[in-house]
Amino acid sequence: MALPLAELPALPLHEAGKYVAGAYVVLFVLVLIYVAIMALRLSRIERELGELLELSQAAAPAPEAESLPARESTLA
Amino acid sequence: MYGKGLRALSISTVVAMAVALGLVFFYAPLEAEQGFLQKIFYLHVPLAIVALCGFVIGGLLAIQHLRTRDPRWDMRSYVAIHMSLIFAVATLITGAIWAKGSWGHWWVWNEPTLVSFLIVFLLYATYQPLRFAIEDPERQSRYASVFAVTAGAFVPMNFIAVRLSTAYLHPRVLGGTSNLPGSMAFTFLISLIAMALLYATLCKYELTAKHTRAQVRALRRRLAGQAETARRPRSAAPTLTAGALPTHSAAGSEA
Repeated sequence: MALPLAELPALPLHEAGKYVAGAYVVLFVLVLIYVAIMALRLSRIERELGELLELSQAAAPAPEAESLPARESTLA
Repeated sequence: MYGKGLRALSISTVVAMAVALGLVFFYAPLEAEQGFLQKIFYLHVPLAIVALCGFVIGGLLAIQHLRTRDPRWDMRSYVAIHMSLIFAVATLITGAIWAKGSWGHWWVWNEPTLVSFLIVFLLYATYQPLRFAIEDPERQSRYASVFAVTAGAFVPMNFIAVRLSTAYLHPRVLGGTSNLPGSMAFTFLISLIAMALLYATLCKYELTAKHTRAQVRALRRRLAGQAETARRPRSAAPTLTAGALPTHSAAGSEA
């Protein structure tokens, strides 16, 4: 099973090609999965930022309003 | 903070990867013994080197965390190890593909390099469960740093032990008895640089995302009028407190 490399014959191109392609595709797929996960995270951050913007807009006139405690309790 | 220089780094990575692929398939000659199958080495070996270096870097960053108690160092150490684990998975898969093509087996248990890399991988595979098992953030980061330092010291020792072993069945790319000819060595070097750039870019993306998330959470808490020590969802990932968010905050203030 563990033959020295020198005794192993080189695979012909049509046979070795699938292994080489497979190895490079593995890296490509892993990076692709990572990018997809990052895209999901980015969209979540974007959504949260949108919510925070709404919160800050709602909180802006708060000092003038008298119902400040009630509004704060809904944000928590 | 972490996003600075990200665009330049990303472009450099894409260019380096494209150049490396071009060199691998259009410049580097076919190896006499393995033929076209040897092209896997320009991917597999840089992946392994970068993964192992990433583990060691994670340990060095953990030392910095233990010295300063600054949670940002813990975050960097966590990201370095996390990314190295992904690279290690890619190394194991590409290595298995090469072994199948070269030896006719997906895995060879009496090959020291393969088994030692698997041991390192399994060791670091316990890093995330270790973090998740500890709920207190301060204790979690401290224990994780101790683990990262200990495991990081194990990596070079493991590498040296394998090098000293007598069974040289795994092809040696750098040093040893089978030095690469010039064109192959140049291609390998560019592939290694491209892989290191990919690692650095992905780490920077990860750090930027985590830092942005922490900022958003801090902002949410501030708008909602909650205390900084408000509920923290249980997670293996370190959490940056608001005090650690500004770029100019004093190191060690989070202890």
